[in-house]
Amino acid sequence: MDGIVELQRQLVEYTTSLYDEGFLDDQFIQLQQLQDESNPDFVVEVVSLFFEDSQRLLNELANSLEQQSLDFRRVDAHVHQLKGSSSSIGAQRVQGACIMFRNYCEVQNVEGCLKCLQHVKNEYSLVKSKLETLFKLEQQVLAAGGTIPMP
Amino acid sequence: MDFGTGPSSTNTEAGSYKRIEGVGGNFSVLIVDDDPIIRRIHRVMLNKFGLVTHVVENGKEAVDLFRSDTCFDMVLMDMEMPIMDGPKATQELRAMGVNSMIVGVTSRGLESEKQSFMGAGLNRCHEKPLTTDIVTSLIQELIKHY
Repeated sequence: MDGIVELQRQLVEYTTSLYDEGFLDDQFIQLQQLQDESNPDFVVEVVSLFFEDSQRLLNELANSLEQQSLDFRRVDAHVHQLKGSSSSIGAQRVQGACIMFRNYCEVQNVEGCLKCLQHVKNEYSLVKSKLETLFKLEQQVLAAGGTIPMP
Repeated sequence: MDFGTGPSSTNTEAGSYKRIEGVGGNFSVLIVDDDPIIRRIHRVMLNKFGLVTHVVENGKEAVDLFRSDTCFDMVLMDMEMPIMDGPKATQELRAMGVNSMIVGVTSRGLESEKQSFMGAGLNRCHEKPLTTDIVTSLIQELIKHY
């Protein structure tokens, strides 16, 4: 029993840190509240969609920014999509990085866009890693016979 | 047709999802969005409120459904979509005489863009993703609408 309590404590502490450090915002709580017996894996499913979508968009962005003649509207469209999907799951820092990126697209600043792409990639890698750790901790709690503390 | 239906009554500890009985039973909602994440989130959210949902990926698919005499009480219409965007689809639906409640959803924050979308024939416009409070107010408006 102590083992479960300790795992739950670690999970709560880790989850809290994700909000405190700005990786996640309230939208992630909304997703967790939508999960129930009829959609038991809802959060993991939606986050997996986000990972697939983001990887695709980041690849498209890298390709677009390598082109001789940069199409800023196309770049902006991809960043807009990534901003949308990151805000949908509450990935606040990725969303913020996308907002900055769009500002550089608007003024057609190539160097700014390249730096922003790197920034977005970094933030995406971080939140991906954090979420994967979160899900692992949740699985450990469940495997030990515990329940996930509600947000 | 792929309709998702929520449980007959839902009142979870975490959320406050109530099934609202409308005129003639469950309200039906068409979710029109090219973003699979938003489609999934909105579908599950609306199903929890007891709404019957159907999803399509762009405005043309929405217009085609109504043209084939499939009606919905409410349409959640994304603004930017390939093939046919939200404003164009909304204009077409209104021109066809569709008087369902059409709610625009947009990730654009600019008031001018929302106003322009409203001008296409929306009843309301909100930023996405929708929250449970907004869905509650939409259902209340649906009840009044019908």
